[in-house]
Amino acid sequence: MAMKFSTEDFKERIKENIGDDFMRKAVAGAQERLHTRRLDAAEELGNWEEWRSHGEEIRQHVLENLDYYLHQLSENVASRGGHVFFAKTGEEASRYIKEVIQKKEGKKVVKSKSMVTEEIHLNACLEEAGCEVIETDLGEYILQVDDHDPPSHIVAPALHKNKEQIRDVFAQKLDYDRTSKPEELAMHAREMLRKEFLTADIGITGCNFAIAETGSVTLVTNEGNARLVSALPKTQITVMGMERIVPSFEEFEVLVSLLTRSAVGQKLTSYVTALTGPQGEGDVDGPEDFHLVIVDNGRSRILGTEFQSVLQCIRCAACVNVCPVYRHIGGHSYGSIYSGPIGAVLSPLLGGYDDFKELPYASTLCAACTDACPVKIPLHELLHKHRQVIVEKEGRAPVSEKLAMKAFGLGAASNPLYQMGSKVASTVMKPLTKNDRISKGPGPLKAWTELREFPAPEKERFRDWFTHHQKEKGDGKS
Amino acid sequence: MKVSLFVTCLVDMFQANVGKDMVEVLERFGCELTFPQGQVCCGQPAYNSGYVEESKAAMKNMIQTFEEAEYVVTPSGSCATMFKEYPRIFKGDSEWEPRAEKLAGKTYEFTEFLVEVLQVEATGAKLEGKATYHPSCHMTRLLGVKDAPMKLLNEVEGLELITLPNAHNCCGFGGTFSVKMGPISEQMVDEKVASAELTGADYLIGADCGCLMNIKGRMERKGKPVRVMHIAEVLNSR
Repeated sequence: MAMKFSTEDFKERIKENIGDDFMRKAVAGAQERLHTRRLDAAEELGNWEEWRSHGEEIRQHVLENLDYYLHQLSENVASRGGHVFFAKTGEEASRYIKEVIQKKEGKKVVKSKSMVTEEIHLNACLEEAGCEVIETDLGEYILQVDDHDPPSHIVAPALHKNKEQIRDVFAQKLDYDRTSKPEELAMHAREMLRKEFLTADIGITGCNFAIAETGSVTLVTNEGNARLVSALPKTQITVMGMERIVPSFEEFEVLVSLLTRSAVGQKLTSYVTALTGPQGEGDVDGPEDFHLVIVDNGRSRILGTEFQSVLQCIRCAACVNVCPVYRHIGGHSYGSIYSGPIGAVLSPLLGGYDDFKELPYASTLCAACTDACPVKIPLHELLHKHRQVIVEKEGRAPVSEKLAMKAFGLGAASNPLYQMGSKVASTVMKPLTKNDRISKGPGPLKAWTELREFPAPEKERFRDWFTHHQKEKGDGKS
Repeated sequence: MKVSLFVTCLVDMFQANVGKDMVEVLERFGCELTFPQGQVCCGQPAYNSGYVEESKAAMKNMIQTFEEAEYVVTPSGSCATMFKEYPRIFKGDSEWEPRAEKLAGKTYEFTEFLVEVLQVEATGAKLEGKATYHPSCHMTRLLGVKDAPMKLLNEVEGLELITLPNAHNCCGFGGTFSVKMGPISEQMVDEKVASAELTGADYLIGADCGCLMNIKGRMERKGKPVRVMHIAEVLNSR
């Protein structure tokens, strides 16, 4: 439930977002840029399919041995003087973090980008406890300033906004009076944020991958903000989903190569940071106190099921960037902080079907997502699997659909029934047919013909034509 | 070469001309054709909607119907993909899995069959005008047939091929998606139609009847002048 941010009906959300021309232009433009860049970056690396297979293998290996690597990771963090907390739920994670901050009498928290802290609603929890929480990733900062607008993309959370809209937000909330030039906007945010970095007592980061062998956490950014978050405040808290582990730096190198290329089409991002525990003897910076919060929040329930492969995800959003459905409805239509194909698979698993049962149907099963995934998650198959669960295990399909499918099952499996139906179709549909088309169909055709013409059934079916054709040819085999 | 036609329910009932064109092209290259009368539908509409058990009866019917076939050829990338999925769907079923394997192994999409099996690229077709090609999703990504249609179209006399912008994006058909998620489907097909118009093409060509029915239906509704053609119709143009 935690990643849900909208109480509106799915159809309402779609309608609203389809009508948002600014958002749609911004999304389409970003998709096209990122698509080309990703393909170029993959080609430049070479042997992309082998890299993908290798990435998949690493992720599968970690998931198969997750207990081992979690143990190893926690031992190594502890041996370097860090604290590890395993949180079964989002609430447990938030409570622990709040308590750490309260013990330190922390007032100001700076954060670098983290989807899992969005998932567990950490900011709201800390704000309730009287903390000031400042997002320092530029996209997240924009959203926070804009009255906590939810993220619409897992990598570029403010993707739905264009620069003019951002200028307006800054003008309204931050007394910004310069232009909509990205450089000026970024400079302003930087000026504002620098003060916060220098006065914060707590830094909270996410974690791209934790390295079991050394007890390190790694952060991949282009803005460098995660380094300030982890270097300046005296206390650092890193929050990670329990599956975000690699065995050693060797596997990390493979995954980070896949991640940056798939996410933004870069060989590497500007900053790739690995942090190992609190400040040691002789270190000039880094936190005095380090906490690693490992969040389950429904993930262990997915392990060992037919959906396990979704936990391979490295949050690159390549699937989002190629999704033709996301392209038109944008991230907010999903009603979950996890949007696009990965969100449509993950949200019902973590948040339940009550809130997210429509998402698996928001796909044509075109498989662009599966094709783009750098760790080969069969996303479209998992979307299909959800549909099967919704129909067969959850029994949530509409009655009319169930009946239609039952009828389909009978008709499609039985040749005599089909023969009869298809033979009379042309006659039955004749009153509705004009110029070989049906413009206003009844029953199941209604939804189709609201948008498109439907072809009139053939007077002579192919099979009848073929029989004549064979006779004419004289060999009569059919 | 003996070829059993799997024409798909859409072609049988709504686009018989596509089937006829496919027949004429294959016969021209010496194929001996049969049409196993037991065929109905591959089961995809129910399967993709999550009704896996309901769809299995349709699949078993198809497996039986084509049991004796040497080659199975179909004018639909998506339906061919469905046949290829059967072994996965019947995995662990000692009776049906091996039979499904056999069917999957001998199934070819029409253009793939021409290029890979018959080794034909120049079909002798002639069609004057500009054309753009929509690579349908299942055919391209799941079946992996990308080059065959282009090789064949490149040989069509008089035809000038223009690349479709954002060709990789789905047209918004997606079987029941087209009616279940109408508002989204509408946006997707509108973008596809607009992309085709942008090329200035006279023809939009594809190799999947479902996708083409969607694009054509929308073009007709909006009164667009672009003619939507199945690749079999193009290859049988003289």
